[in-house]
Amino acid sequence: MAKRPTPTEFIVERDKDKCIACQVCVRMCSNDVHIYDADTNTVTSDNSRCVGCHFCETLCPTDAITIKKNESCFKPNANWSASVISDITKQAETGGVILTGMGCDKPYTIYWDHILLNASQVTNPSIDPLREPMELRRYIGRKPDKIELNYNKGKVELKTKLEKQLKLEVPIMFSAMSYGSISLNTCISLAKASHELGIFYNTGEGGLHKSLYKYGKNTIIQIASGRFGVHPEYLKTGAAIEIKIGQGAKPGIGGHLPGEKVSKEVSEARMIPEGTDAISPAPHHDIYSIEDLRQLIYALKEATDYEKPVGVKIAAVHNVVPIASGIARAGADYIAIDGMRGGTGAAPKVIRDNVGIPIEFAIAAVDARLREEGIRTNVSLIAAGGFRSSGDVIKAIALGADAVYIATSALIALGCSQCQKCYTGKCNWGIATQDPYLTKRLNPEIGVQRLKNLIKAWSLEIKDMLGGMGINSIDSLCGNRTHLRGIGLSDRELKILGIKSAGEPQ
Amino acid sequence: MKRIRIDEKYCMGCRLCEVHCIVQHSKTKNILKTYMGEYPKPAPRILVEEKGYITFALQCRHCEDAPCLDACMTGAMYRDKETGAVLCNEDKCVGCWMCIMVCPFGVISRSSDKKIASKCDLCMGEDIPVCVKNCPNEALKYEDSKD
Repeated sequence: MAKRPTPTEFIVERDKDKCIACQVCVRMCSNDVHIYDADTNTVTSDNSRCVGCHFCETLCPTDAITIKKNESCFKPNANWSASVISDITKQAETGGVILTGMGCDKPYTIYWDHILLNASQVTNPSIDPLREPMELRRYIGRKPDKIELNYNKGKVELKTKLEKQLKLEVPIMFSAMSYGSISLNTCISLAKASHELGIFYNTGEGGLHKSLYKYGKNTIIQIASGRFGVHPEYLKTGAAIEIKIGQGAKPGIGGHLPGEKVSKEVSEARMIPEGTDAISPAPHHDIYSIEDLRQLIYALKEATDYEKPVGVKIAAVHNVVPIASGIARAGADYIAIDGMRGGTGAAPKVIRDNVGIPIEFAIAAVDARLREEGIRTNVSLIAAGGFRSSGDVIKAIALGADAVYIATSALIALGCSQCQKCYTGKCNWGIATQDPYLTKRLNPEIGVQRLKNLIKAWSLEIKDMLGGMGINSIDSLCGNRTHLRGIGLSDRELKILGIKSAGEPQ
Repeated sequence: MKRIRIDEKYCMGCRLCEVHCIVQHSKTKNILKTYMGEYPKPAPRILVEEKGYITFALQCRHCEDAPCLDACMTGAMYRDKETGAVLCNEDKCVGCWMCIMVCPFGVISRSSDKKIASKCDLCMGEDIPVCVKNCPNEALKYEDSKD
């Protein structure tokens, strides 16, 4: 069937006075947008192939290239927008599901932007983090209900045996991204940065590449529905084990790594034949109830001699509250909740944009319920899904999260420009690809430095905000919703978030 | 001495090093004027070698036992006493191309405008050679060599 031409999404604007035809853009674009004509010594562009990743723009030595949104497409229409029309056209031509990458980009309310933080004035002094110590360390894992001490000749010893904990120097970790969906250089950057920062990264369902075992102490290994790459050595290497039930970007559906991305090394890490599709089923076929989940949790604890925390990751859905309560009772050491703005390497667009609930509601509601039920100390809560700044992180902690998982922001730190084309495997930034021409574009030495800088910057900002509130330890802020106020929210939203409105005193 | 170290693992093959090398050795050192106004524009003294996805930018290695020094009949090719770099004295060079013949790396070429040899001069006068400075992926490094 002939394809009906549709207006292109982007326009590659080339300043003829500045273009020196050096062909850097021609060599670097994995989508073959730029074309060099040797007869005229000029470079032209095929706008229809541009995905808007801005790689050429950043490399052009004369700033001759500007990628612009194509404004002159369809008649403006709030209902039938350009993306809706082009999706329908694509589906009419192909009869297929529209795929996309990264997190939901629809303008649902971002509740972080409707929550305000407190600061001290007169009656309670603020703290200057430059002059006084400020504690950001967090421990993830089951906490004891009470602490018993032994007093022995003036020495105090802890009698209670503590469960295994994950020690975080900063309450931020790198969320699950599998080797396969992202390149090895990206994995190395995340692993090494975690190691140097004293935090953790998560393997996703990609298994562990042999070069990454040395970062085991900073690795959370994931076990998902496909059980890829799981073997005794894998379980022993990680600092914690995470059972992945769901993902914020695509709750209720599984994963699919196309065979083209399953290179020799990926196949070794995942323990599947080279070039075969890696399909993770939507459910775990051995988990149909909380009791089943408990069996897996304890099987994993048994397999690792009860030496590692076992967590469960779920997507934030309507029933997240009772599910989380069940997980806490099933014996998990932590629950990671992934909100609907969480990213993915590939998901059906309709699922990404329409399924799940924002992390703000999920974390507030789950924290409140676990407190009501008196089981909040049994588990730690990790919030995930679209954390953009230290402000979002500190608000999540005040709402009740023990720590926060970030992934999209980490990828942006590595160069990602959110073009949402991860599923094509042609990532120009060398992140979401296995193509050896492209993976080498991410130099892990630079990657590690950039990730470390990001976390360092956020830590400094968190310390500043904590100090402003008169708090010298992140522990004192966890679940301390009196430091939050809502703005522009309905009574019902404020009630679910468990916060007062701006203007209401304590 | 300080040398340019190549890390082929992270060379993207964008050839920006060549562009900046050309500009550095142009009359104006201005990228637009060099490309639009100079004819012929200088030849790059660094060249990106490519085979499949493996690429790396190669320039004069400033060898310890540089064959070009022995082969040069006029003494134009000399070693800079301060930096240890192998340089070409343009006034002495007669363009016999013996240096080009003996260079094991093939990194000496003919100047685009005069009949003299053209090779990497480590951007004398700059703190860091421009190819290293402008490599977007740090695939080139300027470091003290251990040998």
